[in-house]
Amino acid sequence: MTEKYEIHEHDVLIIGAGGAGLRAAIEALAEGASVGVVCKSLLGKAHTVMAEGGIAAAMANVDASDDWRTHFRDTMRGGKFLNNWRMAQLHAQEAPERVRELEQWGALFDRTADGNILQRAFGGHTFKRLCHVGDRTGLEMIRTLQDRGVHLGIDVYMECAITRLLKDGERVAGAFGYWRENGRFVVFRAKSVVIATGGIGKAWRITSNSWEYTGDGMALAFDAGAELMDMEFVQFHPTGMVWPPGVQGILVTEAVRGEGGVLRNKDGERFMERYDPERMDLSTRDVVARAIYTEAKEGRGTEHGGAYLDISHKPPEYVKKKLPSMYHQFRELADVDITKGPMEVGPTCHYMMGGIRVDAETAQANVPGMFAAGEAAAGLHGANRLGGNSLSDLLVFGRRAGQAAAEHAKQTETPKLDDAQVEEATREMLEPFERRDGDSPYDVHRDLQETMQNYVGIFRREEDLKQGLAEIQGLKDRAGRVHVDGSRLFNPGWHLARDLKSLLTVSEAVALSALERQESRGAHSRIDFPQYDEKWSKLNNIISRDGDGMRLRHAPIAEMPSDLCVILEKKK
Amino acid sequence: MPDATFKIFRGDRDGGELYEYKVPIAPGMVVLDALHYIQAHDAPDLAVRWNCKAGKCGSCSAEVNGRPRLTCKTRLDALPLDQPITVQPMKSFPVLKDLVTDVSWNYRVNKKIPPFTPRPNVEWKMDQREVDRVQEFRKCIECFLCQNVCHVLRDHEKQEQFGGPRFFVRIAGLEMHPLDGLSRTELLKEELGIGLCNITKCCTEVCPEDIHITDNAIIPLKERVVDDFYDPVRWFLRKLSGKKH
Ligand SMILES: Cc1cc2nc3c(=O)[nH]c(=O)nc-3n(C[C@H](O)[C@H](O)[C@H](O)COP(=O)(O)OP(=O)(O)OC[C@H]3O[C@@H](n4cnc5c(N)ncnc54)[C@H](O)[C@@H]3O)c2cc1C
Ligand code: SF4
Ligand code: SF4
Ligand code: FES
Repeated sequence: MTEKYEIHEHDVLIIGAGGAGLRAAIEALAEGASVGVVCKSLLGKAHTVMAEGGIAAAMANVDASDDWRTHFRDTMRGGKFLNNWRMAQLHAQEAPERVRELEQWGALFDRTADGNILQRAFGGHTFKRLCHVGDRTGLEMIRTLQDRGVHLGIDVYMECAITRLLKDGERVAGAFGYWRENGRFVVFRAKSVVIATGGIGKAWRITSNSWEYTGDGMALAFDAGAELMDMEFVQFHPTGMVWPPGVQGILVTEAVRGEGGVLRNKDGERFMERYDPERMDLSTRDVVARAIYTEAKEGRGTEHGGAYLDISHKPPEYVKKKLPSMYHQFRELADVDITKGPMEVGPTCHYMMGGIRVDAETAQANVPGMFAAGEAAAGLHGANRLGGNSLSDLLVFGRRAGQAAAEHAKQTETPKLDDAQVEEATREMLEPFERRDGDSPYDVHRDLQETMQNYVGIFRREEDLKQGLAEIQGLKDRAGRVHVDGSRLFNPGWHLARDLKSLLTVSEAVALSALERQESRGAHSRIDFPQYDEKWSKLNNIISRDGDGMRLRHAPIAEMPSDLCVILEKKK
Repeated sequence: MPDATFKIFRGDRDGGELYEYKVPIAPGMVVLDALHYIQAHDAPDLAVRWNCKAGKCGSCSAEVNGRPRLTCKTRLDALPLDQPITVQPMKSFPVLKDLVTDVSWNYRVNKKIPPFTPRPNVEWKMDQREVDRVQEFRKCIECFLCQNVCHVLRDHEKQEQFGGPRFFVRIAGLEMHPLDGLSRTELLKEELGIGLCNITKCCTEVCPEDIHITDNAIIPLKERVVDDFYDPVRWFLRKLSGKKH
């Protein structure tokens, strides 16, 4: 062993302390498991904290006609029927209970006049369905979960990054990582591992995602033998900030449109009339993002290449009350008063529909002992996610993953750790310090972001995707040779050198799946195949490891039972 | 566009000094953008915390020209650029490296606070007006800037006796929750030392979420402590029931 390492043991190890990881931790603890939660940032800073618009759940507090069937139908329609229908069903059925639970743990949602949880309209949802707290719903959710989890006694390992999953034969045995603070290595031994590491947006230049979103969980799972599914479906949110340059990509919540905001092009035209006359500004995200992109491309964009989003026709007090953080964000970062004039917005890479392939009921991956939930898992959202369906996803499937992981831990022996794997993981981490030449990790990252932005963006076509894949291969070589300066103490350059490996794995999976799917569906738009293709409506792309490479296969979607088919056929 | 000059603290637990960097200015640029520029071009190991880049996560706190700020919301065009901009870590917390400090003390304090505990058999209905008051406290993004400026912690280093404004805000959110049934006044008085706060309002001034920490959280909590501990009738009732008024 190159150096002595610290070991922690748990029944259930949860990688990720966002909504999914914390909800899983709470449930596993309730099942009597000892639970450790690891996260790259401080507790409470995961992406979930940034969620703005709300949690979708058919509580029917505002529109009495809402029920789980309608939510199920909206989710399937939004996902262009590629969703795992069983997940969509469980999600719609269980979300209201999960939201009530949050309230009972202390979350304070905005209220209706009769004292219930208030719900707002959002794109693709038939009824007013998003439970919210102004435009800071995620903050309310993560604080509630973190306080509950800490109070119940989860062990949290903050600012600790996992770089490898350890295995005992076929099953998962734990994980290897380092403390960001001092660079020391640490090993976790666990009977079950839940991956709740979120998404991959940092592979693109224009993104609403933070430094954490490098696809670690998906790449670690892939390396350990798990299957990735639907990787071609990357959501570009229609409304990110476009100006000034430093804020490009930062999210402008869909709640602006939910509260009545309208989109216009530079000629003042409400262009959504031409793209989706029925749903207009509250059409699904894939449609609106393409519309804004097209307007700008055809010369009808704003000064900085976006569209105008205007809510200034509402009373200023109302805007400040319902959208306080948007008000501040634009006033302080862009010198725009949104109660007086329009915002400039354009598409930004936002959310990953694809991810680790899991069982609907238990969130288990195809590797024994490995579970996945939240943005890191695939299935619920199909080809396009509806706004608000992520926060509810975290609660519903976080809970299910925690429960199943605890159950699995009860039934299995403590796994054996393999020193050779730990040594290999250690070596991988230390190598970049030994190289004297080679690129800076920041340069390779910038070039990857350009590649993904240019060749694997909103609109795709064969030659671009092939070009993208070729560049990814070149970047892999460069990433394998990066060198880092400085010490192991809190060293972002060193951390990025490791994150690049995950980024490249998921980027390749996205490009490969996008090339394979020769049709347009949801968030995946092929200029060379602009139509739906019936053949593809029943297939998921599945990626798994094949030696050092990637193998892609098609998996047929299971037949939907007739009671669910009946729900889908209903008009409204 | 011309360059801006930055003087940034580089160092660790054993000390450090200010290093100078030049950064080309872009329109609308914030201090965090400049730090990222420096990482990518001059100092790849410059330690900085950040996540949202939009004032929502409270990770990027530091002292810019001596003033506690979120670096992601501090615009360069609001600073005098004819002189160097200094960026230093929060002073009240031990430096780990460069701009990253050890804030783990805050998480330990937080653990002492009993969570939301609903009154038995409550009906889950609340009026928006009651909720408004509490939502103010729940806006806290845990940037710890208020903890950083509070003289009880910064100058008198009473970390062992004093919880700090952030946690008075948290407790206010629990105590004023319309359906909560627990009293935390004893904790406030004994363990979190709310009496040490002499209402200087420095915390309120730096809060990026505009929470009226002193007027809306601390003063009402102090009043509750007085009511519970110094009003003989209340004191007696509290002994009898162990509940809040
Ligand atoms: C600006 C913004 C607004 C949004 N608004 C909404 C909304 O209104 N409604 C909605 O439904 N959805 C919204 N979303 C989407 C939603 O917030 C996210 O999809 C969701 O929060 C993801 O939660 P999660 O638990 O899967 O992951 P996260 O909350 O991102 O947590 C991931 C965790 O994994 C940890 N991690 C990652 N890699 C490692 C590693 N290698 N080692 C250790 N730990 C690791 C991270 O530190 C973090 O703790 C929004 C997203 C953004 C960016
Ligand atoms: S008002 Fe009280 S808590 Fe706030 S800074 Fe002053 S002494 Fe500290
Ligand atoms: S109360 Fe304000 S200053 Fe203090 S931690 Fe919270 S947001 Fe920051
Ligand atoms: S980076 Fe989140 S508050 Fe500054």
